[in-house]
Amino acid sequence: MGFNGSRRCSVWLKRMPAPIRLRELIRTIRTARTQAEEREMIQKECAAIRSSFREEDNTYRCRNVAKLLYMHMLGYPAHFGQLECLKLIASQKFTDKRIGYLGAMLLLDERQDVHLLMTNCIKNDLNHSTQYVQGLALCTLGCMGSSEMCRDLAGEVEKLLKTSNSYLRKKAALCAVHVIRKVPELMEMFLPATKNLLNEKNHGVLHTSVVLLTEMCERSPDMLAHFRKLVPQLVRILKNLIMSGYSPEHDVSGISDPFLQVRILRLLRILGRNDDDSSEAMNDILAQVATNTETSKNVGNAILYETVLTIMDIKSESGLRVLAINILGRFLLNNDKNIRYVALTSLLKTVQTDHNAVQRHRSTIVDCLKDLDVSIKRRAMELSFALVNGNNVRGMMKELLYFLDSCEPEFKADCASGIFLAAEKYAPSKRWHIDTIMRVLTTAGSYVRDDAVPNLIQLITNSVEMHAYTVQRLYKAILGDYSQQPLVQVASWCIGEYGDLLVSGQCEEEEPIQVTEDEVLDILESVLISNMSASVTRGYALTAIMKLSTRFTCTVNRIKKVVSIYGSSIDVELQQRAVEYNALFKKYDHMRPALLERMPVMEKVTTNGPAEIVQTNGETETAVLETKPPPSGLQPANQANDLLDLLGGSDITPVIPTAPTREPASAGGELLDLLGDLNLTGIPSITAYNKNGLKIDFTFERSNTNPSVTVITIQASNSTELDMTDFVFQAAVPKTFQLQLLSPSSSVIPAFNSGTITQVIKVLNPQKQQLRMRIKLTYNHKGSAMQDLAEVNNFPPQSWQ
Amino acid sequence: MIKFFLMVNKQGQTRLSRYYEHVEINKRAMLETEVIKSCLSRSKDECSFVEYKDFKLVYRQYAALFIVVGIDQTENEMAVYELIHNFVEVLDKYFSRVSELDVSFSVSEIHLLSFFGVCSSSYCLHSTNYHSSQWRCSPVLHLESCSPVLSSARGELSSKIAIFLKILTLL
Repeated sequence: MGFNGSRRCSVWLKRMPAPIRLRELIRTIRTARTQAEEREMIQKECAAIRSSFREEDNTYRCRNVAKLLYMHMLGYPAHFGQLECLKLIASQKFTDKRIGYLGAMLLLDERQDVHLLMTNCIKNDLNHSTQYVQGLALCTLGCMGSSEMCRDLAGEVEKLLKTSNSYLRKKAALCAVHVIRKVPELMEMFLPATKNLLNEKNHGVLHTSVVLLTEMCERSPDMLAHFRKLVPQLVRILKNLIMSGYSPEHDVSGISDPFLQVRILRLLRILGRNDDDSSEAMNDILAQVATNTETSKNVGNAILYETVLTIMDIKSESGLRVLAINILGRFLLNNDKNIRYVALTSLLKTVQTDHNAVQRHRSTIVDCLKDLDVSIKRRAMELSFALVNGNNVRGMMKELLYFLDSCEPEFKADCASGIFLAAEKYAPSKRWHIDTIMRVLTTAGSYVRDDAVPNLIQLITNSVEMHAYTVQRLYKAILGDYSQQPLVQVASWCIGEYGDLLVSGQCEEEEPIQVTEDEVLDILESVLISNMSASVTRGYALTAIMKLSTRFTCTVNRIKKVVSIYGSSIDVELQQRAVEYNALFKKYDHMRPALLERMPVMEKVTTNGPAEIVQTNGETETAVLETKPPPSGLQPANQANDLLDLLGGSDITPVIPTAPTREPASAGGELLDLLGDLNLTGIPSITAYNKNGLKIDFTFERSNTNPSVTVITIQASNSTELDMTDFVFQAAVPKTFQLQLLSPSSSVIPAFNSGTITQVIKVLNPQKQQLRMRIKLTYNHKGSAMQDLAEVNNFPPQSWQ
Repeated sequence: MIKFFLMVNKQGQTRLSRYYEHVEINKRAMLETEVIKSCLSRSKDECSFVEYKDFKLVYRQYAALFIVVGIDQTENEMAVYELIHNFVEVLDKYFSRVSELDVSFSVSEIHLLSFFGVCSSSYCLHSTNYHSSQWRCSPVLHLESCSPVLSSARGELSSKIAIFLKILTLL
């Protein structure tokens, strides 16, 4: 009986083999040759683990969870192990607890509801008698504690922060960092415990204490002010680290505890920012670290890097800053790529504040553009853009264009945008600007941003004297290759606008080329037909062809034919345009010339890209010819309010220079253009202002289509022997009028009447009242700022009647 | 802040992964393959810092194994570079000339090391004490008694233990 029973028992036991060990599992999985085999093995093992979990088997739970964690790392779902982890944590065996906490950290996070069940276990373990168990609990809480858990257990953590056991103290400090991040309100709770954290000898505790202090200072300015008094202590600790001899415990390649040094430097940076006293206290130690650290190994360089960042951030004295920039310069020349990368990154951070110092290293930075390493190239490119200023723009652009030619595609878009921005800000001449943009379009045409096209078109319309040159160059560019969409779009638009200049061969800047009207139409038609053209490009081309019907003389029939063909195009946009243009030919032929007239000068709205910090980039003169209007549209309004105050009148409307949206689209949109045709009948021009060598003349134009609009062009000239710079013209009119001020041609009036500033004013006078105007002029002359107000009353009657 | 810590071999198989922020499990595999691809495409004399999406990767190659640490902008890249090397040195001392095989088989041990050491969190590494004498008889080291490797290691107590604990503290 007993013998039979035992045999039956042994049979029963055999059905449940012990789960295999983790190593066995790993070994098995490694033998899998394909992904499918591996998946099969893992699924089998998962099934075994699941049934083992169902058995509630305590002995092997630990092993099973370890296997589950391994499978989780490989990427397989392991959520069914979460509850088992909790059971392990609750067990009394240390090995179980260990794996349980590990599993909790890997598998659980705030999103799972299960994690809250851990709170009680952790609380008990935080008060455990063994420090290792307490350590486990602290680690887990500091890793994945949610805000509820942190709130509940913060008191325990704070208690542990005050113990004398350094093993626990350092873990408690890091746990406190996590608690503060999750629940910032609890920060004050940890304040008393931090009192003597820095008095510890144990580097581990020091390190984590510094992290805790850093976190508190970053989060709350009050804490920051409170901890400033610790600066002397930190300085002392750092000094000890540097001056102490070889200590085997903390030595890394000859430097004593570099990790702690770096942390302290970072905390000093935060404490010294914007505070003179602390910065002064740190000056000596920073100089000492900077000069004494050995630079032959990476460790030393890491410390120097952190030191440089700190020096640049606090209010250090100039000698120290020079030292820092020199260190960076030395880094740049180092052979080690890592160091060069780090130098370029930090120079980028400092270029805003110490621009001149960084300019000294410009040639090295530009050389880095040619480096093979992608990371270094990117940093060098960003830094180069930051260094471009009016003086070095030509040289830098050459390098940058060369870089654009040869760089990887991922850079091209950023580089192209950067070049456009820099060219816009610092172009020495219009021709250079247009050349540069052309170059970018031809080399990286497909990578430029979408808004580059309208910006470029607007730039071209503004540079009136360059039209012939521009259109010729563009024509040549697309002759060979019309695959780069932005280039083709700009070119089609220009050819449409200035085709007559192209055909007549009027170019002054360059050798004019002989082009016939048919050849031009050939190109535009091939753009229309080509498979490579996007539908937007086709739209541009069709409109350009239409515009040429007024510019060209002998090929109008051909144009009519092309336009009528596209009246049945599948592309709806093209079809609509073609149908409208057809209608223009048939029914509204008399309006055609007026509609398809040359576009007027467009105004700039804002520069493309994010808001630019206006900086002089190391220039001393502001004598750069700019076509930008005054920086903000608000400014004139404010000053116009001043005018209002002075005029005391409620009958004056403020001037707001308007900026109509730029649409280089079809000429059909120009139906609303009030300046459809201008009537230049002889309205006499007047001198509105003539004082102190500054003379302002008004010339008038009236529109036939809209008799209430008067266009006044002002010309400002300077008969003194010095230039007038930063010239700003503002005007105010009575309430019944409306005023629109367009952007001036420049802000500098050269001396000896050698040049003028022109600006266009449009006045809407629906009630046909007598025109009067108050003007305000501000400019710099002979080093001082001048300002004047005047009233203009001598408007000729033809200008407003 | 450290975002993740990976040990991946050249074929893209992850030997060890530790994420300090929650990342979806299917995204992890993708992240790992992309990361290893960008590290593999670099040559020997290029710098060890790669810019990837909105954070940086610091990587070091040891034979066939890549150790990659993802950090954000506030971290000192060179200090992290140094940290990786420290970690490997310690593993080396513990496993006596560590190889990829050791890492593959001792995943849970290394995980435990990392959890004891650095507080779980990405905020910093913990202690840099290499030879803490107080750790001499740590029960931490009494890992699964069934593990053959460690039971032999237990024979050579203090120095190994100390170094072991160094690892703990480093991650």
